[in-house]
Amino acid sequence: MRENPLNTRRHFLSTTTAALSTSLVCLPCLARQTPASTKTEPTKSDVPTAWVNATLLPVDKPPIKSGAIVVQGGKIIAVGESQSVTIPGDATVVDAKGKWIMPGLICTHSHIGGMGAADGSSPIQPGVRILDSINVRDSGFRRALSGGLTTLNIMPGSGHLISGQTVYCKLRYYESSPRVVDEILIRDKDGLATGGLKMANGTNSQGESPFPGTRGKSAYLVREQYIKAREYQAKIVAAKEDATKLPPRDLHMESLVEAMQGKRIVHHHTHRHDDIMTVIRLSQEFGFQTVLHHVSEGWKVAKEIAEAKMPCSIIVLDSPGGKLEAKDMTFSNGRVLDEAGVKVAFHTDDWITDSRLFMRSAALAVRAGMNRDKAIAGLTLAGAEMLGLGDRIGSLTVGKDADFAILNGDPLSVYSRVLETWVEGKKAFDLSKPEDQLYAEGGLQAGSDLDPFLCCFAPAWQGGAK
Amino acid sequence: MIFPRSKVALAILGLALSCNIVMAEPPLVVQAKRVLTAAGQTIENGTVVCVDDKITAIGKTGEVAVPDGATILKCEVLMPGLVDVRTCAGLSGILNVKQDSDQLEHSSPLQPELRAIDAYNPREELVDYIRSFGVTTIHTGHAPGELMSGQTLIAKTIGNTIEEALMVDGRAIAATLAEASSKSGKASPGTRGKQMAMLRALFIEAQEFQTKQIAKSNPKPAESSGKDNKEKEKEREPIARNLRLESLAAILAGKKALLITADRAQDIASAIRLAEEFKIRIWLDSAAESHLMIPQIKAAGVSVLLHPSMARASGEKENQSFQSASKLHAAGIPFAIQGGFEAYVPKVRVVLFEAAIAAAHGLNYDAAIESITISPARILGIQDRVGSLKVGKDADLALYDGDPLEYTTHCVGVVIDGKVVSSLVR
Repeated sequence: MRENPLNTRRHFLSTTTAALSTSLVCLPCLARQTPASTKTEPTKSDVPTAWVNATLLPVDKPPIKSGAIVVQGGKIIAVGESQSVTIPGDATVVDAKGKWIMPGLICTHSHIGGMGAADGSSPIQPGVRILDSINVRDSGFRRALSGGLTTLNIMPGSGHLISGQTVYCKLRYYESSPRVVDEILIRDKDGLATGGLKMANGTNSQGESPFPGTRGKSAYLVREQYIKAREYQAKIVAAKEDATKLPPRDLHMESLVEAMQGKRIVHHHTHRHDDIMTVIRLSQEFGFQTVLHHVSEGWKVAKEIAEAKMPCSIIVLDSPGGKLEAKDMTFSNGRVLDEAGVKVAFHTDDWITDSRLFMRSAALAVRAGMNRDKAIAGLTLAGAEMLGLGDRIGSLTVGKDADFAILNGDPLSVYSRVLETWVEGKKAFDLSKPEDQLYAEGGLQAGSDLDPFLCCFAPAWQGGAK
Repeated sequence: MIFPRSKVALAILGLALSCNIVMAEPPLVVQAKRVLTAAGQTIENGTVVCVDDKITAIGKTGEVAVPDGATILKCEVLMPGLVDVRTCAGLSGILNVKQDSDQLEHSSPLQPELRAIDAYNPREELVDYIRSFGVTTIHTGHAPGELMSGQTLIAKTIGNTIEEALMVDGRAIAATLAEASSKSGKASPGTRGKQMAMLRALFIEAQEFQTKQIAKSNPKPAESSGKDNKEKEKEREPIARNLRLESLAAILAGKKALLITADRAQDIASAIRLAEEFKIRIWLDSAAESHLMIPQIKAAGVSVLLHPSMARASGEKENQSFQSASKLHAAGIPFAIQGGFEAYVPKVRVVLFEAAIAAAHGLNYDAAIESITISPARILGIQDRVGSLKVGKDADLALYDGDPLEYTTHCVGVVIDGKVVSSLVR
């Protein structure tokens, strides 16, 4: 594959450039601004912090009644029974008796920050990136943190067959709020932004021409494009890195080729049982790796989904309906899929459901009989795996990012509250702070863009520019 | 799970049904480890006896006589059937297509004459759905979204016809003070000021209509001179019917309430101003910024039909708070938590879930239970029939296998008018 446009946007370069360009128009900000690079590169000399005597939900192992977790340098360096974990001598030790600690929640399907990828010009726009439209000042990010979320797959909408590239983000809203989207990206080992490809079928992606009017046309249009992408890919292979023989760059084709190569997971909106089977059929024809999203009627074809080894990221809504294809939605979906052997994660679809209540989705699945541990995994590790990030996040495991939530009780109880959310070893939400409480509880200004947006223009009575 | 003890009674009932023999239902007795009466007390190990459609006894299990032949149900927690103080279920349908969406008519901004009774579908799936979680009474009707969208009604969540379900017809008229009521271009209303001007003009017209109505019903003694026969004849003519003004005159006469959907603080203030000018009873509906207007709402003596706790915090609800219910409660303002109207998903909200979130965010537990039982019943004026477990009230019950507000508890039975209408495990 040729160079991805993001290849040149290495993290350090982009964040430093962003900070510099901001400072040019906003000199007073500079002194108080934390260099963005420290956000993603915690220094190895960090003092370790240990939480002891907590109820731990490691997710990849059974719950621990009295456990300890030690973090350093943004990573988890030890986890286990309190008495069996060696706490480093220089560690800051926090007695977390009565608290529950679980991995930071992972939402595999969120729209916080906007949905501005594909436009109305065409139903298939795989080259368009949500990355270029995200408003990092959206207060939804802070609200999500108050619900214990640490990672989001931010997706374009479902009004297209292919609405563009999604982006995996880490809620690095600690110390100071991010100023540019680059600061919240999750990058791969080459420094590239990670993300998937959003697709949809059923009624949302139908419309007036050039959009399809039927399900048959929808599938046809998608197949046509993937066949084109195969031919595009063949030309690149045939060129054998001879630049003169390469076809002209085509962003749409590049994106579809990445999907077929497994470099870009397809996140596919689908509701009705027959639409689900269509997704499976197309995935198998073109070999893209797919996560089924919403999957309202998944319970009707659970066996088939399991046989196709296709994970499901499901939504839990308080009632069925709103459109014909969601009429048979049920709290039992998670249980039925899990029992059939399907990997199940939950998602908020924020603002369809509120990220602050994400744990409630798993709780309602448990209400309908889903295994408790599987439901907790559905908020964490299963989601991480569906984003291809299972080796980095999603469980309290040594070596993984120190992303976790501290609660005052069982995450599946309505009465439990997230007290703190930690991202890469840094506290990004603290319920005891009034400024964080605002986002947890709501109230005047809770829905407004975050404060830094006004950094350069704040009136004198607010203390001038920050 | 609920399990009838008196199998004989059930068998007889089954026989009666299969043979079409009309006979009295056996009494229904529900025994629970905890009875949340919403009447000021919680009974540990309580029994509620229902004969026909009324509650006839309530007290400690063992101290209350169980009638012979009674059907006995058991559960962990028993509550009064829930009352949803504001929904559009039954007018707004599960598919959300034109054919099942009768909650909002856009042909004119002011249509108080539209009756919910002519639009309500008692067999709507969403009505069954909320009933299966314990909701037995709904105040439903025309939706927010037009300046005055139409009337509401109160019904039980049963019945093949609205006549079987109806408790109160034309309980309120729904109005909306919001950006959503404004039109674009040259159509009116186009601004908040114009919305109020149109409402005031309409109420002034209704006042004049009401004056004529009163004059007709209290004719002055015949005068001996000054009027010819023609004039006298004219006075005897009935006032021309006017469905719009008749419905508004009912508000002026205190027979109906004006339900005003208003989320922004300035719209809440406008609603209160309107109530004071025309001396009418209003209910503040949704009221996302009510937490910013506590003293004003308190002083005006207005009740709040609070938005669902989980309503989306966006648009005119961007400043809403999970703590609004607890703040209204602390201030002593009458309020109830509503299921509300949803234009998309979830197509209907379950008040049980909404009260639970309020309880998790500072609202006292008993107040949370009351916010979906006796409080809405009082606001709606049906507290003599529903909303709490008391002798003489309708036998409307909701049975749970644990704390009704907890996420993982199930509703295991619902009783309306003394009959089990749902035994699903929800």
